[in-house]
Amino acid sequence: MKNVSVDAPEKQIEIPKEALLETARRLLSEGFTNLHCITAVDKIQYMELIYIFYFMDKHACVILKTRLALNDLTVESLANIWRSADWLEREVYDLFGVKFLNHPDLKRILNPDDWDVHPLRKDFSRPDIIKKPKS
Amino acid sequence: MDTLKENLQTEEFWVNMGPQHPSTHGVLYLEVKLSGETVVDLITHIGYLHRGMEKIAENRTYTQFIPFTDRLDYIAAMGNNLGYVLAVENLMKSVVNDRAKYIRVIIAELQRVASHLVGITTFAQDLGAFATPLFYGFREREKIVELFDEICGNRLTYNYMRIGGLQFDLPKGSDEKIRAIVKYMRPKIDDLESLFSSNVIFTARTKGVGVLTKEKAINYSVTGPNLRASGVKWDLRKDEPYLCYDRFNFDIPTGANGDSWDRYKVRIEEMRQSLRIVEQAIGGLPEGDPTVKIGRIIKPAPGETYMRTEAPRGELGFYIVSDGSTYPYRMKIRSPSFSNLAVLSELAKGIKIADVVCLLGSLDIVMGDIDR
Amino acid sequence: MAVIEKIPASGLIERFPGGAIVLATGESVLKWSKASSLWPLTFGLACCAIEMISTGASRFDIDRFGAGVFRASPRQCDVMIVAGTICVKMGDCMKRLYAQMPEPKYVIAMGNCAISGGIFYHDTYSVVKGTESLGIPVDVNIPGCPPRPENLLFGLMKLQEKILKESAASGRNEKRVR
Repeated sequence: MKNVSVDAPEKQIEIPKEALLETARRLLSEGFTNLHCITAVDKIQYMELIYIFYFMDKHACVILKTRLALNDLTVESLANIWRSADWLEREVYDLFGVKFLNHPDLKRILNPDDWDVHPLRKDFSRPDIIKKPKS
Repeated sequence: MDTLKENLQTEEFWVNMGPQHPSTHGVLYLEVKLSGETVVDLITHIGYLHRGMEKIAENRTYTQFIPFTDRLDYIAAMGNNLGYVLAVENLMKSVVNDRAKYIRVIIAELQRVASHLVGITTFAQDLGAFATPLFYGFREREKIVELFDEICGNRLTYNYMRIGGLQFDLPKGSDEKIRAIVKYMRPKIDDLESLFSSNVIFTARTKGVGVLTKEKAINYSVTGPNLRASGVKWDLRKDEPYLCYDRFNFDIPTGANGDSWDRYKVRIEEMRQSLRIVEQAIGGLPEGDPTVKIGRIIKPAPGETYMRTEAPRGELGFYIVSDGSTYPYRMKIRSPSFSNLAVLSELAKGIKIADVVCLLGSLDIVMGDIDR
Repeated sequence: MAVIEKIPASGLIERFPGGAIVLATGESVLKWSKASSLWPLTFGLACCAIEMISTGASRFDIDRFGAGVFRASPRQCDVMIVAGTICVKMGDCMKRLYAQMPEPKYVIAMGNCAISGGIFYHDTYSVVKGTESLGIPVDVNIPGCPPRPENLLFGLMKLQEKILKESAASGRNEKRVR
């Protein structure tokens, strides 16, 4: 199976968040023209951002990971380089509350505009949510 | 005349389209800024079907989440089932036997045919061919749905794939039925193609409308038939083969211009290729027991995986983070329609309001897939 | 004769020997015509919408029951088939659509999500738990995820029965048929 597994260490790069924009530009110049997916994982102590890039002609994949401290959930936006990042970053902002600097139009995308919570964080709770009894 | 033009007050205005609109394919809300009939700006609002799947996934065991994947892209539920179980199998590094792989391929390709039938005929309905093509498309689709009903007991939400195999083996006599479907479907696809391609209105309304260039498609991460229509020869079944797609002969149809016409043509041709794959797979169906061998409670080792498959609408990816417990720690669903719809506001600028409907229909979106 | 026997309100219509004159009360004719041409709203929310289209398409043919004219505008509709999961963002639109429909209006909740939230009842933050929790009264609930087209047709016939039973004087009959 040639499909990319994140476990393979050489395809995964962990960078500080200040270096994100520079690394992304370098990836683009190397031919990684497809920003496939952006997502985040709430690791309770910190927030982890995950970017998946593809180089379609060479079937290469790079997964960029960067850590954000919970008291400073801001990072540079890639939406001005890859247009696909526009909606994906809005989704991460909506569900996790990560603010993307210099994003052209950062607002909620899935949830109502007037909400002030970010539902995919681990500490999120609302009184109207009914928990499924665990079997 | 000149003085009339000078004195005439014209202004741009906003038109709301949706969330309840017959041609938005569900609950999509578009704000369109018009100057006369020309679109100046288009804002897409989504989230009207946001059901919080990713949060639900964190509170369900790996097996319990399979039925939820049916409800993501509900026109092609088997494709979602397949993408999810492959991702979990990838996480667990488990292997599936050959018969299960072959049946999965057959089912996934038949689902692709059924999905494209709905996609093309609803597209034609959006262009004003009210009900007639839709009736043809659903008549043909009914054959496949009936087969799935026989295999797994439901018409739309199948819940058929299991982690490590399948829920059931194919019932007796399915081989002949599948062969009969392939035989039945080929002339019907030709019929459909001649119905649309020879139609002057259909041709005039789709050719040259909503041109998506190669560079733009890649930059927006558009995938699936929409990407191939723009001239990029990229199909995960060929480029990063999963299951046993590398054992079959099939072509990847591509378009030249990336307009709505090409997107329709690519889908028609893809159905033919899918039938080719089904025919080869049913011919070489190995013996064995494809039913599941792994227990219901699954505890993958801590780790992460990203697995993408070629669903009928594009690349469906599952990013799963496991912390070693029976529940996933985090599951991201990278749905194809989400990225495919993002390109709409870019393509719509400068075209007529009536063509927005054409563009939307040719992108073939499903709201359940976008909003999750 | 055979035609009159088939129509749902045949018991309410008296027919004179010879067949030239048909006598019936105005109310029963009104109810019969109401029940036999229910125009649904083209309103697909989620998965159930595909089964609703299947019901409208050639194999199941909802037209046989007089409900095949799917209207795009709520102002021309008699029945709203709530087909799918209702989410928080969609709730207000649903209420507005229901308010825009002219009286007499009926609601069919198709599928578990429209009845109670279905499989999206637990653990989710953005799903409304059923049509009735929005304050929209439901006439017929059709369980299933999604219900088969036969079930939708059955639900439609139950609605027709209900319309024939209700009296014009007492207004809406709030009793539910299941």
